[in-house]
Amino acid sequence: MKFGKEIVLLSLFAFAALVAAGAGVDEPFRQHMWVLFFALAGFTAILLRNTEFKPAAPIDPAAYMDGPIRYGAIATMFWGVIGMLVGVVIALQLAYPDLNIQPWFNFGRLRPLHTSGVVFAFGGNALLCTSLYVVQRTCRARLFGGDLGWFVFWGYQLFIVMAATGYLLGITESREYAEPEWYVDIWLTIVWVAYLILFLGTILKRKEPHIYVANWFYLSFIVTIAMLHVVNNLSMPASFLGSKSYSAFSGVQDALTQWWYGHNAVGFFLTAGFLGMMYYFVPKQANRPVYSYRLSIVHFWAIIFLYIWAGPHHLHYTALPDWAQTLGMVFSIMLWMPSWGGMINGLMTLSGAWDKLRTDPIIRMMVMAIAFYGMSTFEGPMMSIKTVNSLSHYTDWTIGHVHSGALGWVGMISFGALYYMVPKLWNRERLYSLRLVTWHFWLATLGIVVYASVMWVSGIMQGLMWREYDEQGFLVYSFAETVAAMHPYYVMRAIGGAMYLSGALIMAWNVAMTILGYRREEDPMPGSVPALQLAR
Amino acid sequence: MRLMNRHAVIEKNATLLLVGSLLVVTVGGIVEIAPLFYLDNTIEKVEGMRPYSPLELAGRDIYVREGCYLCHSQMIRPFRDEVERYGHYSLAAESMYDHPFQWGSKRTGPDLARVGDRYSNLWHVEHLTDPRSVVPESIMPSYGFLKDTPIAVKDFSTHLVANRRVGAPYTDDMIANANADLMTQADPNADTSGLEARYPKAKIGDFDGNPQQVTEMDALVAYLQMLGTLVDFKNYDETAGYR
Repeated sequence: MKFGKEIVLLSLFAFAALVAAGAGVDEPFRQHMWVLFFALAGFTAILLRNTEFKPAAPIDPAAYMDGPIRYGAIATMFWGVIGMLVGVVIALQLAYPDLNIQPWFNFGRLRPLHTSGVVFAFGGNALLCTSLYVVQRTCRARLFGGDLGWFVFWGYQLFIVMAATGYLLGITESREYAEPEWYVDIWLTIVWVAYLILFLGTILKRKEPHIYVANWFYLSFIVTIAMLHVVNNLSMPASFLGSKSYSAFSGVQDALTQWWYGHNAVGFFLTAGFLGMMYYFVPKQANRPVYSYRLSIVHFWAIIFLYIWAGPHHLHYTALPDWAQTLGMVFSIMLWMPSWGGMINGLMTLSGAWDKLRTDPIIRMMVMAIAFYGMSTFEGPMMSIKTVNSLSHYTDWTIGHVHSGALGWVGMISFGALYYMVPKLWNRERLYSLRLVTWHFWLATLGIVVYASVMWVSGIMQGLMWREYDEQGFLVYSFAETVAAMHPYYVMRAIGGAMYLSGALIMAWNVAMTILGYRREEDPMPGSVPALQLAR
Repeated sequence: MRLMNRHAVIEKNATLLLVGSLLVVTVGGIVEIAPLFYLDNTIEKVEGMRPYSPLELAGRDIYVREGCYLCHSQMIRPFRDEVERYGHYSLAAESMYDHPFQWGSKRTGPDLARVGDRYSNLWHVEHLTDPRSVVPESIMPSYGFLKDTPIAVKDFSTHLVANRRVGAPYTDDMIANANADLMTQADPNADTSGLEARYPKAKIGDFDGNPQQVTEMDALVAYLQMLGTLVDFKNYDETAGYR
């Protein structure tokens, strides 16, 4: 019977969730278990409707397994739009506080929904589907472990749903970017180990002698995230039928463990993984080899070694001992070099193909992503200098910096990879429309420029207002006055974010039409056709 | 280059690549984090620190639940303007029983490390219920629902036990009296001598202005009112704390 084991297991887990919903010791936990019950029961029902008793068609062991990748591409698009939409909503809440709806839709509960939504749901699914796409094609091997790929995909979606609904119900550890509570963390650990086995297993059964550079980055990202996640989330539940747990560490130790995790969620989740993406999709789209093999070796080892040390720059001038702060600062500045090694390797891959920038909006998107990677990996080391940090810390400057990296680098490189991958996954000749890609490109780029520059102004202004003294030696501004001064910038920031979101909506339309098999009749991109005719 | 040729060995062996990268990424964490657990000068020697009373801990749980740290730091840096605005710079000792730490990374609102005793209970209740009624420029959400939510807890001692398991020095006496202490602290008419002996400097009173029941508002205000009030700075030797 098709899905036989799955149906039995899922209905057992659904039943267990139902029991927990009845026996839970606190109200949020009981509500959360109801969510889990409905998710699992719904999934069981879907499988029951699709089950068959015919013997399954034999699987060609040489063919690539693209099912989870197709689902992953759609999930990336879906969660991307949701996560960015929540981002615009909370940006508006800061400008117009009446938009807070207590208790479920207050800023404090929605903000982790936004960050987890874009980092782990959008970014995570992008990494998941591209890594499985790349590893099969560069190893010339089908995914390891039969249906393991499906387990990883659906298990990860369940993690996202449980984390997201938990935040709204008030289930959070309030550790930045590691908010999910203990039972959701345990589930993610199981899924992540399965992901590691899936990825590593596929590399091990490869038919290519060499492991391609993109896979080094993906592999180090997967294994490092496993380490960071497990150590940082060690905590003691108050009850095994309750949502509340207490972190294993306290105070200073907890702070540095958290930022060791937090900064390397940036370093490995949002950088190493996406560099893997860059190393496959940029050469493919540009049809050029990677610029320097040697540079890729040097910057790979340098970046994974140095990144781990950079965490303490989030704790400058706090109660963390000075030696740790200084160590973190020094390594953060050194990190600039391997980061730019990656940027150079990505950009220079286009040598001999720079003309494509004019004719291919997908290449344009990827190049813009690498450019933003370069800019934010310069800005980051600069902000980690203690003197600069004394001004920038606690202000919107940090928020602007994060978004130039997240929207510019992570977002744009994922969009580029999806635009490349989607027509191939669904056997379409080309995208529905290249002109819509151009629209997306400009909306996204202008949106980031608005967002980042507005946050520079508001962040630096706020930092300066906090420390401004008059001639008599009194502080000039009350805190409330500095809040009021932020209002126009918060409005403009929301506009920048909305532009970026509208670009993503255009992309969702474009991708959906491509999947459905439509092709928009449109003039070729200017510049491309005459050049070709001349060449003949 | 010979070294580069040797790299081909790693490129052909997935296990080597996995183990190699795992080794490389563990170094930084071990060097930076592990010493914090055994170096004596990581946490200053101070007088007055104690674990949270049950009501304060319940309030802290609400602070954590609502994600207050996303806009409010609890970490005053040693700068002239911050010390004048918020009070003495924060010590490591002051968060030694914080599981998790709530130092925060953003000040959309002001720092709260020493907000205790700065405002009246009534001000806090008004401000949490309708922030703009007391601070017109505020962009804080409303938390009026806390007033209408009684503390729903079957057995709060399990929370103290969990904290003790991760290192907070709760005594058997504290754990045995957890549920009673939780209620007593919000009741100005109760006998609070046991509570005050167990938790010196604990603020006692009907925090939310509603003596009928102990609400989440009581707990949150009790927590806010004790923030930064425990350490006795008269007996604190600044120079001994430098590191």
